[in-house]
Amino acid sequence: MSHNSHGHDQNSPKEENVNSRRAFFKNFGLFGAVAATGGAAIYSGYNYEKSKPGSNFVRVLTADNHIIEVPKDQFKDATVDLNQLQKQGREGLKGHRFVMVIDLAKCRNARKCISACQGAHHLRPHEYHINTLVMQESEHTAPYFMPKPCQHCDNPPCVAVCPVDATFKRQDGIVLIDNERCIGCRFCIAACPYSARLFHWEEPLMAESDKGKPYNIELNVPQRKGTISKCLFSSDRLREGKLPYCVSACPNGVYYFGDENQDAVTNGTTKETFRLSELLRVNAGYQLMPELGTKPRVYYLPAKNRLFEFKDDKDPVKETI
Amino acid sequence: MASEVNTDFLNNKKLDSIAADILKPVGISQGFIIWMGFLGISLMGCIYAYYIQWDKGLIVTGLRDYISWGMYIANFVFFVATSLVGMLISSVLGLIGFKWVKPIARIAEIIAVAFAAIAGLVIVSDMGRPERLPYVFLHGRIQSPIIWDVTVVTTYLAISTLLYFLPLIPDLAIAKGRIGHTPKWLQKTYEILSVNWKHTPEQYAILLKAMRILLILIIPTAFAIHTVTSWLFAVTLRPGWDSSIFGPYFLVGAFVAGSAAVVIMMYFVRTNYKLDKYLTTHHFDMMGKLLVLVSIVYLYFNINEYLVPAFKMKTADAVHLTDLFVGEYAWMFWSVQLLGLIIPIILLLFRFFRKPFAMFVISTVVLIASWFKRFLIVVPTQDHPFLPIQHVPKAWMVYQPTIVETAITFGTILLAVIIITILVKFFPVIPIWEMAEEHHESDHTTQE
Repeated sequence: MSHNSHGHDQNSPKEENVNSRRAFFKNFGLFGAVAATGGAAIYSGYNYEKSKPGSNFVRVLTADNHIIEVPKDQFKDATVDLNQLQKQGREGLKGHRFVMVIDLAKCRNARKCISACQGAHHLRPHEYHINTLVMQESEHTAPYFMPKPCQHCDNPPCVAVCPVDATFKRQDGIVLIDNERCIGCRFCIAACPYSARLFHWEEPLMAESDKGKPYNIELNVPQRKGTISKCLFSSDRLREGKLPYCVSACPNGVYYFGDENQDAVTNGTTKETFRLSELLRVNAGYQLMPELGTKPRVYYLPAKNRLFEFKDDKDPVKETI
Repeated sequence: MASEVNTDFLNNKKLDSIAADILKPVGISQGFIIWMGFLGISLMGCIYAYYIQWDKGLIVTGLRDYISWGMYIANFVFFVATSLVGMLISSVLGLIGFKWVKPIARIAEIIAVAFAAIAGLVIVSDMGRPERLPYVFLHGRIQSPIIWDVTVVTTYLAISTLLYFLPLIPDLAIAKGRIGHTPKWLQKTYEILSVNWKHTPEQYAILLKAMRILLILIIPTAFAIHTVTSWLFAVTLRPGWDSSIFGPYFLVGAFVAGSAAVVIMMYFVRTNYKLDKYLTTHHFDMMGKLLVLVSIVYLYFNINEYLVPAFKMKTADAVHLTDLFVGEYAWMFWSVQLLGLIIPIILLLFRFFRKPFAMFVISTVVLIASWFKRFLIVVPTQDHPFLPIQHVPKAWMVYQPTIVETAITFGTILLAVIIITILVKFFPVIPIWEMAEEHHESDHTTQE
């Protein structure tokens, strides 16, 4: 978990957008490489082979920041097992507090975020981790599109009610669900005021082809019948230092994603990085239903000064069903 | 309950006739075989329905992401509610000193045991992964109201079972030698279960002491089980559930359902087993008064629960209440309020309607209405979450219970009826020794 120590000494995001973005990604990239090369297999090989001289050695970085040489013929595929995935998935990424900003002024309901998400998480067209809703506050106010992922609340009502610790809050602010643990009581669905959760009422879409894969709690794949699934802020992508699926897929620059600790968010479309506090201040950012006391980690920028006409013409479910 | 038992009643001639009356229906009759056969075959169908659900998943129900709690949860609340009457009758009324509850106490305990036992099963029928039930114990988080519910329901079941079984022990001993008409295995069972009871005053003293402790213990436990059950809803943020009176509101509602269940069972026992000497019109009259009392208190809570938010009509509450008062659920809402509450209250105020058959009819309507009342508490709230339901199939927006779901729900009710039938048919349904003791006491007082 060394990557976080680099996290705080970067340049101001406003002055050097590109650099800070690289640093932001590098932090994750490093961790990803460490995790991928794995610990145990390499260590045992190293101990066995260290006395022998030879040229067939490769230098690798261990999890605790030592550079060691490992003989090539001792290399194994670093297949992560379930225990490792569960452990790292429950711990989260140290030193981060992930945050999302959604600019409603830019959302044209392209629904690319939704399809990217459903593709990554093996969901059906009507199974949403993120859904774009048509909102209208009152009769004479303008309608607008509102992408709605899980709000990853800091005071999550879903986590409070879970009887078996299947859904939990990580140190990096992300609320995940462990479908190895979930008993399917759906108390979390009842408790969530944002309707952010889905339940697998039947065999999941790709149950057949996902059979036998080790369960990745950070991707929630394989999905499992009789358990809950939900938005994960794409924590598998964050581990690799990438932006979430929905954020990257948006063609209209709706999403900003980043780290509250670094006060920086990056736009998924333009790849520009901004100061989070500045972005929220200038645009009068707000949270969804803050009066409920859930303390969401998703912020919205109001749907003002839109440069396009509001057209509600997409209902993928109507089209497919 | 008296603090001391005068064991002289054992020599009283009255005991013979009381024991003969009460033990006569015990055993296997043709009617019992037909009835159990009917229940068993119906249950097979329901078990098959559960097999379908096990195999295909909860997709076979009408539940979907938005209305994700339906019939099963309503049924669970109904079961927990009905079981509470055991506490009300034997404990609250018994400890206060009402003598008339004596012949009814065991009936109330049978209902408590049967409904509390099946409540646990009902909740399993709602689980997406029922095979992971042990996780509740292995990985339980004490912060979750579900864990509180599991804890108190099992405790309540344990205490209720003891409250049923302990006063049965002297009866089992009395029955020895008087149940020659029953199968050998049943006589053997009596032999074992009567744990060598000798009717000594010391034994009775211990029994009374144990009973007293249990009767006191069961009061907070019973309050806890239904209050916690109500918290499954009240701890959420949803309009319609987000209410601070849910605990007492559920509790009183439970007494209505439970009292109705006791009356129904009293009627069956009285007519089928010809025990009208013990379950007299006086008992029905008193139960009628009890039912009207708890119904009026329940009406009071209903007025609080609906009128106060209806006065304010906050946006989210308004949607929910409009749906109940004049919308999609209006027919069910008003039927339940009128048939299950207001009309029974009016009728039961008159002595004329507190007679056995009228009471039986009224109680049946009240019990059915109280099932639908639970449905109305559980389902409509989920129809209108804070954020609109969009871009989902039509079937996801409305809850339409399926046949499979209905069959599984029906199956749980059958199971409760099976437990009740077995307990009623194989064991004395009215406490023999307490009846004999009472007669003995009253004989004495008249002689003096």
